[in-house]
Amino acid sequence: MKLNRRSFIAAGAATAGFAAPMLRAAGKPRVVVIGGGAGGATVARYVAKDSKGAIDVTLIEPTRHYYTCFFSNLYLGGFRDIESLGYSYGKLASGGVNVVHDWAIGIDRDAKTVALAGGGTVPYDRLVLAPGIDFVEGAVPGWSVAAQNKMPHAYKGGSQTELLKAQIDAMPQGGTYVMVAPPNPYRCPPGPYERISMVAHTLKANNPTAKIIIVDPKEKFSKQALFEEGWDTHYSGMIERLGPDFGGDKVEVNPDDMTVNVDGEIIKADVCNVIPAMKAGRVCDMAGVNDGNWAPVNGHTMQSRMDENIHVLGDACAQGDMPKSGFSANSQAKVAAMAIRGALTGSKVFPAKFSNTCWSLIDADDGVKVGATYEATDEKIAKVDGFISQTGEDATLRKATYEESVGWYAGITADIFG
Amino acid sequence: MRGIATYLGAAAVFAAAFVHQAQAEEVAAPLGDPARGEKVFRKCAGCHAVGAEAANKVGPQLNGLFGRTAGTAPDFTYSDGLAREGRNGLVWDYDHLDAYLENPKALVSDTRMNFRGLKDAQDRHDVLAYLRQFSDNPRDIPEAEPTALSKEVDLSAEVLAIVGDPAYGEYLSSECSTCHQRNGSDQGIPSITGWPTEDFVVAMHAYKAKVRPHPVMQMMAGRLSDEEIAALAAYFAELGH
Repeated sequence: MKLNRRSFIAAGAATAGFAAPMLRAAGKPRVVVIGGGAGGATVARYVAKDSKGAIDVTLIEPTRHYYTCFFSNLYLGGFRDIESLGYSYGKLASGGVNVVHDWAIGIDRDAKTVALAGGGTVPYDRLVLAPGIDFVEGAVPGWSVAAQNKMPHAYKGGSQTELLKAQIDAMPQGGTYVMVAPPNPYRCPPGPYERISMVAHTLKANNPTAKIIIVDPKEKFSKQALFEEGWDTHYSGMIERLGPDFGGDKVEVNPDDMTVNVDGEIIKADVCNVIPAMKAGRVCDMAGVNDGNWAPVNGHTMQSRMDENIHVLGDACAQGDMPKSGFSANSQAKVAAMAIRGALTGSKVFPAKFSNTCWSLIDADDGVKVGATYEATDEKIAKVDGFISQTGEDATLRKATYEESVGWYAGITADIFG
Repeated sequence: MRGIATYLGAAAVFAAAFVHQAQAEEVAAPLGDPARGEKVFRKCAGCHAVGAEAANKVGPQLNGLFGRTAGTAPDFTYSDGLAREGRNGLVWDYDHLDAYLENPKALVSDTRMNFRGLKDAQDRHDVLAYLRQFSDNPRDIPEAEPTALSKEVDLSAEVLAIVGDPAYGEYLSSECSTCHQRNGSDQGIPSITGWPTEDFVVAMHAYKAKVRPHPVMQMMAGRLSDEEIAALAAYFAELGH
């Protein structure tokens, strides 16, 4: 048995035995998806649904309950409960997807198999990687994943979101909330700033003398004029942003004494939400499909530029102009599903179309949005057309925008999870 | 009570007999004006037809509405909500229609009728007086003017005649279903299943021409060809039937 060490990186010596290729099930092509979020669950569901049993689809996802990162800020603002953000995979399973709750610990690109932590390997004809994001080690000096219980990132849905909410609710009166915002590119460009709005909404009601400080390495950010107008209107005097001109790009944290050092100035934090620089989820590194921090893809099919048998979706891929968002991942998954079915069963392939819209809530009934359409070129996924909410919109339109976002959340989660 | 009184006001001779004396002066003012109601009905006419040869559109035709059990217009596929209310015995009398028109989702939370409601009571009285004509005296219906078809956009006969490919529509629809649910439920984003194809085509062209004012839909429709719009119309017309 010949094994390519570059493409098969087992997590430990004990797993080496898993590399033995399994006999392939006769006839039926096999698609394996790693990661059950907006990209992975959508592609699994669509391939299973549209191939009508002609393709064997396996989804590998360690958690049984998935909590969406999108809309988690509304939980911090008290507009949703955490249960309303949770999903299981029962409908995928009943729709014909073989759901495996396990960790992928090795990918052999030559043998085309995925090794599982629980033992055994799963063969594939096409592999889809949709692992979301991980954090760049050392991006914020003093912070590591080991410190995430003291200084949560809350940038993956679920327990981290709940921890941050509990910390905000426990803040002393007049206390200080510090966010260390991430550099580009990162998941959900307006996300940190919607979060600031939702934290301010909660604090305004429970802790009106509290302060919010954003330490930001970026010159500017998504929907900036809309957020700044909203903060001025709803949360006047509460929010201060330290951009790079105030040392926002020179930050260190000390989780043990809960301090933030901004270019030599020490800030004592009661809650410190560190959102470090991001990279593709670990699985992409394991597969060897990254170039730098992200996995480059061909926009026509979402195939990896490193391996045509692998597709990469969502936050983890480098595709061009689309923002990293659940909406984008869902949109890319449908193009990938079509391309995969075309390659494996000869079904008709249409030109790739993509779209994205990001809604953000600034205060109760004050919603804004930004969106665009995209198409695939040989170089990248390129923006075609777009729009953004305007400053000074009337309250009726802002309320309608918020209500629309609630409808979108119901729609996209039904589209992802069935 | 005021609603019931107004309803009867369409036949004013009966009204006095049913209305409590203390309310008589109060109810005299808001009597519905069917002529004005016809103008108010333009807000409804994008989805509903009434009058001679009225057919189901995005919403059911409204001839014989008064006294009809909810969710029972022939050959119309209703939301689960309206079908359920009908089974529970909801009959469209004046009070229920008045409440429904004021805020559809307050009366039937999961209706697919994506209309914010007529907040002005006089508008409701007027439009109900107008609709009442097509229920009260069915023999008048053939003589009534058919609903003026709303012409949001002028489409050539060629465009309207394109027969869409539902298979292509199914692929294209994956872009719609990120927001619009395939099972037809409406939780803040309108249902688009089971529409007559022409209504669908007209609506999409109206967004494409930026006659309908919604930035997401203008953007999405803006890059669809005539054939793609027809394909989507063909696919969604079948969905939910």
